[in-house]
Parts: sequence; C-alpha cells; structure tokens
Amino acid sequence: MKILDKKILSFTFFQFFFVVISFLGLVTSFVVSDFSNETVFNHSHTTKPLFYKISGTWGNHEGSLLLWLLVLTLFIYLFLLKSVEQKKNYRILTLLFQEIIIIGFFVFLIKTSNPFNYITPVPKEGLGLNPILQDPALAIHPPVLYLGYVGSSIIFSSALAAVSLNYISKDWAKHIKKWVFISWIFLTLGILLGSIWAYYELGWGGFWFWDPVENVSLMPWLSLTTLLHCILALEKRNILNSWVIILSITTFTLSMCGTFLVRSGILNSVHTFANDPERGLFILIFLFILIFLSFFVFFFFQKNENKILINLNWVSKETAILINNWFMMYFLVVVLIGTVYPIFLEVITSEKISVGPPFFHKLIIPFLIPFLIFMAIGPQLKWIKSDLKNKLYLILFLLISFILTVIIVKNLSINFFTNTILLTAAFFLFFITVRDFFKKRFSNLSQNIAHFGFSLLILSILFNNIFSSEIITNLKIGETFISDKFKINFKNINQKDEQNYKAIIGEFEIIDSNGNYSIMSPELRIYNQPNIVTSEADIKTNLLTDKFMTMNSVQNKEYFNIRYQIKPFMLWIWISVILISFGGLISFFKKRYEN
Amino acid sequence: MKIKIYPFFLIFVFLIIFFVFYKGLKNSNIYTPNVQAQIDIPEFQAINFENNKTINSNDIFFKDKFYLLNIWASWCVPCREEHRFLMNLKKEKLIDIIGLNYKDNHLNAKKFLDELKSPYKIILKDSDGTIAIDWGAYGVPETFLIYDKKIVKKIIGPIDENSILEIKEILK
Repeated sequence: MKILDKKILSFTFFQFFFVVISFLGLVTSFVVSDFSNETVFNHSHTTKPLFYKISGTWGNHEGSLLLWLLVLTLFIYLFLLKSVEQKKNYRILTLLFQEIIIIGFFVFLIKTSNPFNYITPVPKEGLGLNPILQDPALAIHPPVLYLGYVGSSIIFSSALAAVSLNYISKDWAKHIKKWVFISWIFLTLGILLGSIWAYYELGWGGFWFWDPVENVSLMPWLSLTTLLHCILALEKRNILNSWVIILSITTFTLSMCGTFLVRSGILNSVHTFANDPERGLFILIFLFILIFLSFFVFFFFQKNENKILINLNWVSKETAILINNWFMMYFLVVVLIGTVYPIFLEVITSEKISVGPPFFHKLIIPFLIPFLIFMAIGPQLKWIKSDLKNKLYLILFLLISFILTVIIVKNLSINFFTNTILLTAAFFLFFITVRDFFKKRFSNLSQNIAHFGFSLLILSILFNNIFSSEIITNLKIGETFISDKFKINFKNINQKDEQNYKAIIGEFEIIDSNGNYSIMSPELRIYNQPNIVTSEADIKTNLLTDKFMTMNSVQNKEYFNIRYQIKPFMLWIWISVILISFGGLISFFKKRYEN
Repeated sequence: MKIKIYPFFLIFVFLIIFFVFYKGLKNSNIYTPNVQAQIDIPEFQAINFENNKTINSNDIFFKDKFYLLNIWASWCVPCREEHRFLMNLKKEKLIDIIGLNYKDNHLNAKKFLDELKSPYKIILKDSDGTIAIDWGAYGVPETFLIYDKKIVKKIIGPIDENSILEIKEILK
C-alpha cells in the first residue's frame, strides 16, 4: 500500500514537472522573441520591455490556459502531499475527479489552443501585446486569479469524493478549510488587482463597472465566501452539510462558467482573447459534463440522514450564518441574472439589451442594509443557543451610527432616506467591529478584521459616491477653466519617447479654493506595436482623496478634452479589500477555529 | 416521490441552459463595426516605394473609377496568404490595386516582392503607420474597395475566395 502511495505521488509530481517545463519553454520563447512560435508572434514584439514579454506569456488565450494547467497540476500535487493523514480512498477519489478536470483541460489545450504552433517562414517581427494589457497590476492579475479559481477545483473534487464516501463531516471540514481559505484569499486579491487595473488604466474613473467580465469573477467569490462561512459551521456543529456540498460544486462551476463566457466570444471584452466558436463549444460541453457528473454524485450518494438533527435556535450563530447565506445567494442570483439574461434574450428573441449599474444598484442596495446589520450581530451570538441579555450595547451603537449619519447627510443635497439607512448600517458594522477589537482582543481576530474590512469597504464606496465631483471641459494650451471650487490652467504639452510608445504629456496647474497648488500631467500614449492610442490618467493619490485627470485628443481640433475628478477615499477601497483578505490569511495560519 | 422528480427537473433546466448557450455560440460576436457606407477617402501625401518621390492621393485615386487599397507588410504572415488572391485579381485586370506598405523595412519589403511578385500598380510607404490610421485601419492586412473617391467596402484581415467574389459582385 505504501508503494502505491509513493507511485501516485511521483505520478502527480511528474505531471506537474512536465507542465512546468513546457510553461518555462513558452516563457523563454517570449523572452528571446522567438517568432517562429505563433503565440509569440501574435502577442509579442522585440521592442517590448522584458517585464511585459514575460507577462505576455499569459496575456493571451493559449498561454493563459497553460498557466491554468500549471496551477491545476501544482495544486493536486500539494493536495496529496498535505492530506497524508486522510483516508486512502478519499485521496484517490479526489485525485480521480481532479484528473478528469486536468485531462479535460489538456485535451482542450492540445485540440483547440496549442501554444506551440510553428510558423514558417519565421516572421521578423511580432504583432505586439495589446497596450491596455501592458500594466503591472494586470501582469500579475491572471496568475493570482487562477490560483483562486483553480483552488476551487480542489474543493470541488474533494467535495465530490467526500460525498461518494459519505465523509462530509467535521474532520473533512477541518481538512478542506485550508483550501477554501487559500482559494478565497487569492480570488479576493485577484479581483482587487483587476479592479485596480480598471481604475488606473481604463481611465473611466471608476473601479467597478458591473461589466460581465467583472461579474463572472464576482459570482464564484460570492459563492466561495458563503462556503467559507458554511464550512466553519460544519466544522463546529456538523450542520449545513448540503450547503457545503452544493456551494463547493457551485463555486467551481461558476469559475468554469466564467471561463466559458469570457473565452468563447459570447461576451465582448478585453478578456475575449479569441472569438473561436470551436473553443467555446469545447468548454461548454466540458462544463456540462462536470455539472452532470456532480449532479449524479450528489443525488446518488448524498444521505439526508441528519435532517432530523437540524434544530436551529432562532438566536444563535448558526442562524445568523444561515440568514446571511440566503442574502449572499440573493446577491449571487442578481449578478447571475444580470450577466446571463442578455445572452438568453439575444438567443431567444435576438433582441440586444445591456444590463448596467442601475439594475444592480436597485436590486442589491436595499438588501445590503439588513445584510450589514446581520453581519454585525452574527459574531456577537454564541453557537447552539444564545440569549439577548447584555446586548443593549447593540441598540446603543445603532443609535450612535444613526446620529452620526444624520449629521453627515443632512447638509448634503442627496437622497436623504436611502443614504441615511445605508450609512447607518455600514457605520453600525464599523463600530461593532471596532468595539470587538478591544473587547475580544485576539480571539477570532481573523473574522473581526475581515468584517471590519468589509464595513470599511462599504463606507469608502459610499463616501466615494457621495463626495465625488467631476468636471469635463475642452481646453486649448494656455487656457484656464474656472469653477467655484478650483481653477485649472492648461500650461503646456511635452513629448516623450519610450521604448514601446511615444507620449504626449499635458501639464495642468490646479489651484483649489484653499490656495493649494498641484500639477497634473495626464498622458496620451501612442503605442508602436500594435498601433493604438491610449489615454493614461494622471492620478494623485493620498490618504483621503484621489485627484484624477485624463486628457483626450479631439480629431482635427486644437483643443483637448479634459476630465478632472476628485474622488475621496479611493485608497481606502483598496486598503479595505486587502484587510478583508488579510483576515482570511490569519484564519489560514490559525490552528483551530474558536478554541 | 418528490425527491425523485427533483434531479430530473434540474437536469432538464440545465439542458435548456446548455441549449441556449450553444445557440449563443452560433451567433458569433466578432465585432466588426459597421463601416458607414461611402466614406470619403482621406487626402494624404505619401512616398512612392519605387522612386522615393512624394505623391499626392489626388494623383492616385480618380473619380468614377474602382481601386483596391491593400495594406500589407513583409513581416505580416496573413499577407502572404492573401497574396495569391491579389495576384489573380491583377491578372484579370479588373481593378487597379494600390499597396500601402505598413511599418516595414524597405529591404525586407523588396525581398517579399521579389519572391512573390508585386500585384500592385503603385506602392506607397507608410513607415510610421500614420496613413493607415487616417484610413481607419485596424491592422495588417486590411483592404479597402474604393469607388468615386469613396470607401465602398472594407475587408479586415486577409482576403479569401469569398471576399474576392464580393468584390467582383460590386465591380459588376
């Protein structure tokens, strides 16, 4: 038996090892600009800086699939290494399910998207990497996101294995929890990096656009976050078994579904590397094979024996978790419908619609309010049964939050009602978590940091929305724009030649009403390979506000179109998401949950 | 009984979803912006590939006549693919083909033409790629059908049998 164990381990190691070799081979081709390779030819250029040559490896469909396989094979190897104390059949079954996924991706890679296609005659020069992808945040965004996506594949395989063996239990929860946390941390950071990229590079002055591509990364995140809470309940109380299984399956299915939507060309976006229906069909069939396989496993093996056992008390931590599960599922469904409905409608009635921010805001914001309040109250309750004695401080904090909100909101010309309630709920969570830092000290620090981060995120987004101001105007060189708050003086333009682009840099002087003086220099970049003009925003970030300026040339006109925005608390949006994932990180390293 | 129906219902729902996605794949979403029919061609000056003299676009494109402007480069692989179609078109003498040599090394371009022969009546140099931008080109290869100093049709990517047929259809 020992020998078999070793053989399996060395098999997965070699599987990983060979993928590493081919991946390094592709990286090398990119570094030395070997244009006899079709992938390199299509996505690289000799004048590109080395950093982007390397990141160009996964900045395209073929290379990113190879990266995906690299992470898949790495993770199953690590899984087998780290699960030695687990039952043998469970490990082998997990490996089996994981190999189904790995083989599926291998066939996909070789059949439809071979990264090593050869072209003759060898071209002298490559076609270049899309300039908007030449950005540091975006260079590391795919690997980080993949670690999250692929981590969820381990959870998927292991959940199926555990269901088949009727092993969904406290022990299993304890063991798979690490994988849930690791994928969740990477998924969170991956989404954050994508968002930072959108803010700094796209120059639209926002960080989340409810674009289908963003939504498909948010959906697995919502599902995984719910799973993360359920797995704790499973570990602690041996409840919510079906939730855990279904969420494990859903998370990975949604990751795959995201891959399908952005890779097949069904959606149009920067992520649509190639519009090849054959590829789309392959992922689609593969996706549904996995879905039906998990249905089969779930319905065939799942025992509903503990149905009698569930006897939830109204006032307990498990009830709070369950309530927030339902809220998360609601958010998930809203995002899912908003993303998929336009596709359905187009197929059935060939009518094109686009679902934008108003849809999501209308449906999500009202439910965010109770969600935030439950998020504050939940951790105050005990497992099994809790009482409401000594909980007066909750009402006190709610009152304080409300008064504070009214003071802030009453002088502003915004919708009083919704903003007040929403801010109150966010402040409530904020204060409760701050109180917990002092009250509970280090017990359950990870959860507290994550929830604190979430309250900070919501507060930053709200303040960002309420206090942002924007000016759009056309200016010639030497002209000055004057508003009651500040003065913009277009002083000059300069030119700069870089290795991979030429830049036209505007020089603007901004003086606000307090006499503060600053210089902004937005750029227009003309990339040489491929020849694309991008507008590079100049963003001055400090702790409290971001100043954001973009400049666009107007065809055949002397003037430039200038957009100047003041966006408070931008930095705090990033910081709070980092805090949230930091909470997960602490949990990952912690030996046991709630001693 | 209730539990038995449930899985089949789910499978049925997912089959419908599969079908919709499958249909969605069929209406391909390749984004080709509608070129507003009959845009005036841009006026420009360019250097003649053969004799390095500057020519004005007005001396190349005349009214009441069809032209084909083909943007190409020696480093562009699909340009080799479409080259034979251009040569055939030249042999049939239906239309004058103007070449726009996009961001190319002169020697490489010359080698390319020596090897494959030139289908072009005139070749213009666009060393820095600005003329192609004026034409609203997305990349190489790209081909414009021009009549009466107006862009009648724009072909993004290499020319193939279908696009040749379409061009001939319009010429009739």
